[in-house]
Amino acid sequence: MSNEQQSHVHSVPIRVYLLVYVALLVLLVLTVGAAYLPGHHTTLNNVIALTIAVVKAVLVILYFMHVRYSTRLTWLWASAGFFWLVIMFILTLGDYFTRHWVPVQGWQ
Amino acid sequence: MVQEQAPQKLSIQFEDLHQQNESYIVGMWTFLVTEIMFFGAVFATYLVYRVVNQEAFWQAHRHLSVPLGFFNTCVLLTSSLTMALTVHYSQHGLRKQQLLFLLATMALAMTFLVVKGFEYHHKFVEGLVPGPNFHFEPAEYTRVAQLFFSLYFAMTGLHALHVAIGVLVMGVLAVLIAIRHPSVQDFIPVELVGLYWHFVDIVWIFLFPLLYLIPR
Repeated sequence: MSNEQQSHVHSVPIRVYLLVYVALLVLLVLTVGAAYLPGHHTTLNNVIALTIAVVKAVLVILYFMHVRYSTRLTWLWASAGFFWLVIMFILTLGDYFTRHWVPVQGWQ
Repeated sequence: MVQEQAPQKLSIQFEDLHQQNESYIVGMWTFLVTEIMFFGAVFATYLVYRVVNQEAFWQAHRHLSVPLGFFNTCVLLTSSLTMALTVHYSQHGLRKQQLLFLLATMALAMTFLVVKGFEYHHKFVEGLVPGPNFHFEPAEYTRVAQLFFSLYFAMTGLHALHVAIGVLVMGVLAVLIAIRHPSVQDFIPVELVGLYWHFVDIVWIFLFPLLYLIPR
């Protein structure tokens, strides 16, 4: 048999959800706006777009997915996934970004 | 506004509610970590080809509709909000509001799929689907443009599949809540579906700028 107990989960106020939602929409408009800035700033544009995407993802993870209010084990688990993802990106792109440093026949 | 939280039942295999809730949530995150790595590999593939073919990717991405992508991003962000509200009302045991926002989330998810369907249809009509009928101007970029659209369909297709699975799971959840099934007595099932749904939203948060907003 199971028994009923009072739940002590952190319930996020609706106001916080709405604020995060507005922030996400503002960031979305900023991303689109930044993409249409005059001139060719390929690297700058890429950095802006990805920084905004990361900020949006962090907002969703912390507030909508409640990681900010969750236990340390949840926090560790959530960050572990992205930590290994970053390792994969850095090692892979580190290869492709540095290939032209040492020209070798057959490599691009 | 202080609302009473709904009571939870403690299953016999757990010490207390804290441990019980943590087990479920960490279990769901374990699944999400595998999903992160799964999508991560696809994103890494995309980034490698984008780094090597910047100009051709820019040429190819101009055939995507930014207004439709923007609209769909708004739809998914809104669906994340309604899902978060579903969890909120679930924690307070408010069944009606919970069902209402769950159905709203499903409706937004289906809106996303319909818009995606129109976008795909447009690509078919334009001859931008990789294969024998692929046609691209300027012709010198045909090869890499085909690569871009292969990646486009693979990435958005995988994401759309996750959205479709989300709609199915939310549908099952809505029925279980509607019939007061014992498995959805507390908020944990809704919270876990919510975690999945927000993950799907995060994937799109990265897909949108990477595919639709490529700078020259």
